Amino acid sequence: MSTVLDGLYYSESHEWLKVEGEFGYIGITDYAQHQLGSVVYVDLPEVDDELNQGEEFGAVESVKAASDLLSPISGTVVEINEALEDKPELLNEDAFNNWICKVTISDPEELKNLMDAEAYKAICE
Amino acid sequence: MKYYNKLIFEISKPGRVGYSLPQSDFGNYSLADLPQTLRRETPAELPEVSELDVVRHYTNVSNKNFGVETGFYPLGSCTMKYNPKINEEMAAMPAFTTLHPRQSEESVQGALRLYYELAQALAEISGLAEFTLNPFAGAHGELTGLMLMRQYHIKRGDLKRTKVIVPDSAHGTNPASAAVCGLEIVEVPSTPEGTIDVAKLEPLLDDTIAGIMMTNPNTLGIFEKEIPQIAKLVHGCGGLLYYDGANLNPLLGRCRPGDMGFDIMHINLHKTFSTPHGGGGPGSGPVGVAAALVDYLPRPRVVKHGDRYAVEGGADSLGSVSGFFGNFGVMMRAYAYILSLGKEQIKHVGELATLNANYVKESLKDCYYLPIEGICKHEFVFDGLLDKSTGVTTLDVAKRLLDYGYHAPTIYFPLLFHQSIMIEPTETESKETLDEFIEAMRTVAREAIDDPEMVKSAPHVTPVRRLDETTAAKNPILRFKDLNY
Repeated sequence: MSTVLDGLYYSESHEWLKVEGEFGYIGITDYAQHQLGSVVYVDLPEVDDELNQGEEFGAVESVKAASDLLSPISGTVVEINEALEDKPELLNEDAFNNWICKVTISDPEELKNLMDAEAYKAICE
Repeated sequence: MKYYNKLIFEISKPGRVGYSLPQSDFGNYSLADLPQTLRRETPAELPEVSELDVVRHYTNVSNKNFGVETGFYPLGSCTMKYNPKINEEMAAMPAFTTLHPRQSEESVQGALRLYYELAQALAEISGLAEFTLNPFAGAHGELTGLMLMRQYHIKRGDLKRTKVIVPDSAHGTNPASAAVCGLEIVEVPSTPEGTIDVAKLEPLLDDTIAGIMMTNPNTLGIFEKEIPQIAKLVHGCGGLLYYDGANLNPLLGRCRPGDMGFDIMHINLHKTFSTPHGGGGPGSGPVGVAAALVDYLPRPRVVKHGDRYAVEGGADSLGSVSGFFGNFGVMMRAYAYILSLGKEQIKHVGELATLNANYVKESLKDCYYLPIEGICKHEFVFDGLLDKSTGVTTLDVAKRLLDYGYHAPTIYFPLLFHQSIMIEPTETESKETLDEFIEAMRTVAREAIDDPEMVKSAPHVTPVRRLDETTAAKNPILRFKDLNY
C-alpha cells in the first residue's frame, strides 16, 4: 500500500523528519497523503517560527478535510518549501521528496520520542 | 427540459422585456437630481427575458433541487426531519409577517409573547433557567454561549481561564467558535467505546480551564454515560459545562441537559424543532443558561411583567449579538411545532429517531464496517465498506447513492475514522422508506465487489457527473463572467 522510507524518523501523527547534521527536514508521510486525498492547500509556517515537538505548526487541506500539522521535533524554521504554495499537489505526487519546512533542531534528545521506519510501518497497517 | 442547464444570463436577448411598469407615484422625480457619486456610470447588466422564460427557467432549475420533500435525506448530525406544513401556515400569518422590529412594545405584544413562550418552552425542555433566541444559527449560538462563559469568569474577576476543552469527536464548529471567542482549545481523546476518556480529562483540569464543550449523544451517536462524573470534575476546577444541542433530538422530553449539570447550551431550532434548513439557512440558535448566568444574556431580552411583555437590556449583559431579535420567522415555526406535538407526544420523537437509526445500523452491519457496536441514539457511523479490498471508498458509495435517488449521508466526519459514513434517518421516516434505503445501500455494497469501476465513476444518471473537487477547490469559478466555454 503506502511507502515508508528507511532512515527517517516518524511521528504518530504521520509526519516524517530527515536529519542532516543540525538541520531537520519535516514532511508528511505517503500514508498521510493517501488518507487525506487530493491536497488543495498547505498552510506553511514562517521562517523564524519556533516549533515545539507534538505541537501544531501548520495545516494541510484536502478535498476531504483540513488536518493540523504537528511538529515531530522542536526547533526554529530556517526555510519553507515555497513550491507548495502554488503546487500543493506535490505532496500527493511524492510525499517524501517534498519537505514542508527545514528547521534547526534544538534538542536531539527528542529524536528518542520518534519511531523508525519499522515501527511506523506497523502503525500504518 | 430534463437536462436544462442554463444560467438566466444565457437566455437573455437584448430588448426582450417581461414586465410593464406602472406610472411613477413620485411625480417629477429625476435620477439627475442624485449626486454624481451615487449615480452608476453604465446601466445595470440585467438579464432581458420574457415572463415565460423566467418561469420556465426557475421551474426547471428548482426541479434539480433535492430536499426532504423530494426524498430520503439521511445527512448525519443535520436532523433533516420533515417540516410539517402547519409550521408554514402559522409563520405566514400576516399579523406576524407585516410587523416591523421598530414598532412600539404596545403594538407587538403578540410577537413578544411568542418569543417569551418559546423561550420558556425551550427552558422547560432543556432544564435551564432562561433562553435568548437572538443568535442566528448553531455556530452563532456556540459563539454566544462561549461569550457567556467568558463573561461569567470575567465578572467574577477570574481572568486566568482562557482554555476550553473539546473532545476529539466534536463538531468542527466547537473549536472554531472557541477560537473566534479568543479561547485556547485543549483536545480530550475518546475511549475505544467512543465516549470521553475521563482518565485523560482529569489531568487537564486546573484553574486555567474556562469550561468544556460536549455533545450528547456525541457525533458517533453514543450517549455519554460519565456526565455526572465529568460535571463534578469540571465544576470542581471552577469551569463550566457547555452543551452542543445539535444532537438534542433523541433526548426530547426524556432527559434534560440542565439536570445533567450543564450550565450553557445552544439549540438548533432548524434541526430539532423542524424548521427548514439546508442551502445556508436561515437557522436559529437559541442559547440557554443556568440561573447563575441569566444576567449576562445578550440584549434585547423579552421579559414579562404581570400580563404585559417588555423588551429590556440589562447592565451586566454581554451586549448585542444580532440585529433585533434574531430570525423571528424561524421561531414561529418552532413554536408551532412544539405546541402541535405537546408535552406527551414530544417524548416519542427521540424514541422513534433512535429506533430508526438502530434499525438501519443493524440491517447494514454485515456489509459496512461498524467500528462501535451497541445501541446508538439518533445516528451512527460506519467506517466504510466491510470489504475494502476493492478500493471502493466512502466517497464512491455516497456518489453511487445519488444514482438511486438518495441524498448522501454525511461522509468523512467524524474524523475519528478514515472512511466515516454518518447516517441519521430521523423519526419522520416510515419503515418502508428505511427498507428501500437499506436495499439501496446493500446493492451498492454488492456493486462494489462485482463492478468496482462502475461505483468509482458514479454518479451516472444525475444531471452532472462526478465533479473535479480538487480543481473546484483550487480554482473556483465564482462569477458567470469568468466561465469560459
